[in-house]
Amino acid sequence: MTHTSWIALQTIVIREVRRFTRIWAQTILPPAITMTLYFIIFGNLIGRQIGDMSGFSYMEYIVPGLIMMSVITNAYSNVVSSFFSMKFQRCIEELLVAPVPNYIILLGYVAGGVARGLAVGFIVTIVSLLFTDLQIQHLGIVVSVVLLTAVLFSLGGFINAIYANKFDDISIVPTFVLTPLTYLGGVFYSIELLPEVGQIASKINPILYMVNAFRYGVLGVSDVHIGVAYGMIFLFIAVLFTFSLHLLNKGVGIRN
Amino acid sequence: MTTALTIDSLRKVYANKFEALKGVSLQVEEGDFFALLGPNGAGKSTTLGIVSSLVNKTSGEVKIFGHDIDRDPVQAKLNLGVVPQEFNFNQFEKVEDIVMTQAGFYGIPTAKARANVEKYLRELGLWDKRDQQARMLSGGMKRRLMIARALVHDPKLLILDEPTAGVDIELRRSMWRFLQEVNAEGKTIILTTHYLEEAEALCRNIAIIDKGEILEHSSKRELLSKLNQETFILDLHAAPENTPQLEGFEVRLLADGHIEVDAVSGRNLNQAFIQLEQQGLKVKSMRNKANRLEELFVRMVNDERQANTRQAGEAS
Repeated sequence: MTHTSWIALQTIVIREVRRFTRIWAQTILPPAITMTLYFIIFGNLIGRQIGDMSGFSYMEYIVPGLIMMSVITNAYSNVVSSFFSMKFQRCIEELLVAPVPNYIILLGYVAGGVARGLAVGFIVTIVSLLFTDLQIQHLGIVVSVVLLTAVLFSLGGFINAIYANKFDDISIVPTFVLTPLTYLGGVFYSIELLPEVGQIASKINPILYMVNAFRYGVLGVSDVHIGVAYGMIFLFIAVLFTFSLHLLNKGVGIRN
Repeated sequence: MTTALTIDSLRKVYANKFEALKGVSLQVEEGDFFALLGPNGAGKSTTLGIVSSLVNKTSGEVKIFGHDIDRDPVQAKLNLGVVPQEFNFNQFEKVEDIVMTQAGFYGIPTAKARANVEKYLRELGLWDKRDQQARMLSGGMKRRLMIARALVHDPKLLILDEPTAGVDIELRRSMWRFLQEVNAEGKTIILTTHYLEEAEALCRNIAIIDKGEILEHSSKRELLSKLNQETFILDLHAAPENTPQLEGFEVRLLADGHIEVDAVSGRNLNQAFIQLEQQGLKVKSMRNKANRLEELFVRMVNDERQANTRQAGEAS
């Protein structure tokens, strides 16, 4: 990477971080409140009736899943809303006329998404400590999985933004794809509770691997093999990164 | 002399099969103040969009100071500053942040960027507004903000797409002065404008484009020499009842009592005054009806359209 590109990358990341911190009441606060409600209602009130899951209290079991859920949704929504707004306001032209390589544009937006995903994930983790003690089993796995997951869903948000033509288009995927996959991805339950068909169906859901890899890092238990989880995450990142770069190089959605 | 911009056989066919550019070729020399003129939909913005990397071309070649925009995009873009027709900055960002960010996109280190931002915001009268959100600026200030942003990396070629559209006369004149200073410092300027008075006042070379083709590409002096007729508006002491008949001149009586006189270049206007005097009409004052370039532009575009209509008629 040249010095010029490095400064351009820093500039994009700083602008992205400045954007989501400037509107913190829309970006940081809502997930913190939502997750607090999840902890109170599902973890505390309902969780007491449910009993243990995989040898842990229900509250302990769902904390890693809820942290991952906030990382996933925030990394995705940061990139999709920021990049689409740039397209909508035509500010994207500021980048297109400048000598910024496409991979730098992509890295910049992904870094912005990762920053918001991690910021919200950190806040949700702090909130969770009010309800339970977290004894992290594998710190390296926790850090790497949360980082890679944020990268993956930032890329997903980027592709969504590239194809979006109106504001409706940036809410369709999060509402009808991301949320169901997250809820069915083992955030609230172990897939061992499902019938065999349900277990097989769950294993084609990529979010299951991320949630379980993260849960393995925190609690030391997982419904899937950790190596398979890493493999899935890297595979998806490689595919989505290549596809995003291809779209940028072709100018899809941003150049006539 | 170095060529600032070379456009060769540029074609653009949009997805809906509309052929916006049909093999446009242009050259703009370093240091020039160049106007690209044409009616709405002629292909001006598409041409500049391709040069600025905002529009994908179908075929052809574009070089900025010898750097091909496909093979050497970084060097080509470093030499280019763009002021688009429509506001394209984040309205919620502060004025200073918008220009600083653009400097960052060009890889300018922070200290140098701050100096450039201050220089251009001061020169364009926006330094006092640097902490305001862009949406709070007036239309004229927003245009000046885009000029400051385009200059922050000190490009050698500045492209402005209708920079004074919707700007009041006073501000337009001050922007002209600023652009003339920028040009005098050695920067090449290309502009499109609907105000032909603007092109006539500022530019040395002109290209006229219509329906994706260059109709004319020469110096302003050469272009104006092709204009062999001028129209004058004469204010008479007393409005005539009928249109005065002047031998050798076309005359029209206007509703306000003024008369319009068409004179072929080189024709002695005294002949018109003498004939008016003989008819008992005294001239109080006289002025040109419109700027000369506007007349030429309208004539060229109309001639081309009439020729096309004739060809279509013959073909059918």
